Amino acid sequence: MEFFHRATSFPFMSTRKVWYGLSITLILVSLVSLATRGLNLGVDFTGGVTVQASFPNAANRDAVMTALMRAGYADPQVTIFGTSREIAIRLPPTKQNTEAVRTRIEQILRGIDAGAQIQQVEVVGPQVGGELQRSALQALAATLLLIFGYIAVRFHTWRLSLGAILAVLHDPILVLGTFSLTRTTFDLTVVAAMLAVIGYSLNDTVVVFDRIRERFLASRRLDPVVVLDQSINQTLSRTIMTKVVTLIVVVALYALGGPVLKGFSEALIIGILAGTYSSIYISSAVALDCGLKAEHLLAAVRQPVDHLP
Amino acid sequence: MLEFPRWKYALVVLVILIGLLFSLPNLFGDDAALQVERRSHAPMDAFARQSIEDLLRKQQIALKRHYIDNGRLILAFNDVAAQLKARDAVDATLADVYRSALTNASRAPGWMRRIGLKAMPLGLDLRGGLYLLYQVDLNGAVTQLLDSYEQGFRRALTEAKLPFTDITTLSAGAAGIADGLRVSLPAGADTAAVEAALKKVDSTLSFVANRTDSGTTVDMLLTPAQIKARESYALEQNRTTLMNRVNELGVSEPIVQQQGLDRINVQLPGVQNSAEVKDLLGKVATLEFRLADTQNSAFQAAQTGRAPLGSKLYKREDGTPILLKREVVVTGDELTSATSTTSPEGPAVSIKLNGRGADSMLRTTRLNVGKPLAVVYIEKSRRQVDVDGKKVDREITTEKVISVATIRGVFGPQFEVTGLSSGEARDLALLLRSGSLAAPIEVVEERAIGPSLGQDNIDKGVRALEIGMLAVFVFMALYYHAFGLVADAVLLANVILLTALLSILRASLSLPGIAGIILTVGIAVDANVLIYERIREELRNGVTPQAAIRAGFDKAFSAIADSNVTALIAGLALWVIGTGAIRGFAIVLTLGIATSMFTSLLGSRALITLMYGGRRKVAQLSIG
Repeated sequence: MEFFHRATSFPFMSTRKVWYGLSITLILVSLVSLATRGLNLGVDFTGGVTVQASFPNAANRDAVMTALMRAGYADPQVTIFGTSREIAIRLPPTKQNTEAVRTRIEQILRGIDAGAQIQQVEVVGPQVGGELQRSALQALAATLLLIFGYIAVRFHTWRLSLGAILAVLHDPILVLGTFSLTRTTFDLTVVAAMLAVIGYSLNDTVVVFDRIRERFLASRRLDPVVVLDQSINQTLSRTIMTKVVTLIVVVALYALGGPVLKGFSEALIIGILAGTYSSIYISSAVALDCGLKAEHLLAAVRQPVDHLP
Repeated sequence: MLEFPRWKYALVVLVILIGLLFSLPNLFGDDAALQVERRSHAPMDAFARQSIEDLLRKQQIALKRHYIDNGRLILAFNDVAAQLKARDAVDATLADVYRSALTNASRAPGWMRRIGLKAMPLGLDLRGGLYLLYQVDLNGAVTQLLDSYEQGFRRALTEAKLPFTDITTLSAGAAGIADGLRVSLPAGADTAAVEAALKKVDSTLSFVANRTDSGTTVDMLLTPAQIKARESYALEQNRTTLMNRVNELGVSEPIVQQQGLDRINVQLPGVQNSAEVKDLLGKVATLEFRLADTQNSAFQAAQTGRAPLGSKLYKREDGTPILLKREVVVTGDELTSATSTTSPEGPAVSIKLNGRGADSMLRTTRLNVGKPLAVVYIEKSRRQVDVDGKKVDREITTEKVISVATIRGVFGPQFEVTGLSSGEARDLALLLRSGSLAAPIEVVEERAIGPSLGQDNIDKGVRALEIGMLAVFVFMALYYHAFGLVADAVLLANVILLTALLSILRASLSLPGIAGIILTVGIAVDANVLIYERIREELRNGVTPQAAIRAGFDKAFSAIADSNVTALIAGLALWVIGTGAIRGFAIVLTLGIATSMFTSLLGSRALITLMYGGRRKVAQLSIG
């Protein structure tokens, strides 16, 4: 079985204006949506209200969740803790004060069991979210900087570094945009998925770059446009094969992983599709438009090709 | 003819075998379990086990199996409901003798447990528990150090009979943070003598004397190295203290680790009651020994609300006022051990002091035999307070005099505090032993995850992963035929090695970790795909099969190396800088890349050489 029986020769570079246009449009839509609609942040980010309550007998988690949702609390998290009779309910932040929340929840829980008791109502501050966002962004910025440096050193040109970084930024922005447009809950698992997406996108891009270097070294006189097209076409079956295999795992997670993994696997699916697209259409095209030429990579000739271990 | 050195075969086989051994315990899964230990920390014995078994039988709770591990009784149940019921039963009837904690018990056979093979622990998001991230107030730690120096300076100058007008804090460094002390002296004071006296407090300090029109001063500034040392001491001390306190909670497999420069994260599997735990962990509790002021009337001071000069007004536990001298004889920092004992006068806490504390205690008691010495218990906690509708963090300090005892003789480094009930003696010893926090800490992140939700997550997620992997195996075999089977074997080896590494390092597996595993599977598949596509390309170009294999591996190497090193950089950077979820992801990614490089470059080549290397001529490759 093979995806392509013959070597393909799609003209990726000559049509790049179209793909730039598409990417810029998608990114703009994503950014506008993020700016106007924002993200539907999960309790991980927003903080919220924690209510601890106890029942005279073993608590029924599903009954509590149904009752809360019927009363209009979207996305309540109910956990049984300590003993089987105690529950903790986490709710998104409300404008009501804690007394009002206490009365309201007590009313709902008494509807399930007249002996239900509210023990504690606590507001979990939202600074938790801000703290985590800051540290995540710091980690991300430092990582991108290091990768920019590594590619610049390994491939002897910043043009490829720039292409890689733009392609890498492209994908999580589209994931964020989709989450904003569909109002899917954005929580910590989605952040983890976005990190994986960045990893895939980078991996893909670097493989294409490696082929570009090889092609340039093999035939220095060739037009960069031809070399880039050849390189992408030659790695195309590998790109698609790898993506299909990963998508198999991720789609299995999406279909069978239960509600907790929905957002996570959704982000991975969108991100992998975006990453495949960006490493084919964006990363090399950006380097080309920055003036990538054979001689930029020539310094690499002097460096011996690595040997197998 | 393909060649592959024999030692490389041996290495691959050896690594895979070790990997298999260490990943084995993960195959068995685990049961919801209850861990029971004696409050006295004495190991559980057959009698204790029998009494708990009887209790469970009476309550009709089915026990799956049980064993004693490290002096703790582990009771495994069929489901979470039985586990929670059993915990209720134990807590309701035996709480004063035994402490119970929810945990998971591996189904792996006993011999694996005994030789130390353990399954990788699941992260809190998967098995439920409490996650707390503490921020350590490092400036507070430096301020505490300056406070203690200030006291030392006052005492040293008074003893040397050198007059001084005031001691104030200096902030020479950035951001107005106090990092030094200024001793103001009367005009014409002998600064050299003052410096010599101050040096006795700590000989590593350096001083600068200034004479200006407005007065004479001697400044002490902490060097950056001294500040750094104090900060890392405070962090380490806080981590140890938190660890001690967590151990007193009786939680199974708690994690207390430093994170970043000034954070400590605490993970308590199976714990859900956050308010109680936070209260216990976050307390900055310490003791101070002060002499009582017997010359002035405490009642008079309480009425006017003003303490006489050099004294401070305190309340005893029964609410009656007492005046204590301002000067602290010994602080909690100077304690080295505390145990509860029984003395001729009843229950007592036996205390040992370090050198500085012992000196001070000796000097004070020698001069004050027959006078009362008070023990002050100080507790600091942070609470959010509403101020004009805004949430403001306030430090709340509670001070109470827990005992006043008459000094009977001269104490050195070891003495006993009496006048306590046996319960009080035990609590005080425990609190002192579990140490005081060297700097105030504050919870910046807190998450509680329920165990029932966690179990759902694990079961569904693991099944989905298994099915996904199976589909990948089938697809690879269809696409690459025999080479696809090699890739499958390599992928399996990769998962085994990654599991083994995570189990050895006891790195907990969380949802972000699963994201890391999926990315790793992708990268491992990618390495094989790169090699195989290269081999196909070579074959298309008319190269002989064996040469194609050799060229495939050689030419794919630089692509594999570059893409893996890039991912490795990302993984390591996120590991070092990231926190929480990001870190969990990064650990798995970094380890996964290492195992994937090994399996796809060495393992895959070994298998393929084994298939095609021996023959002189290969007519065709089974590569789809």
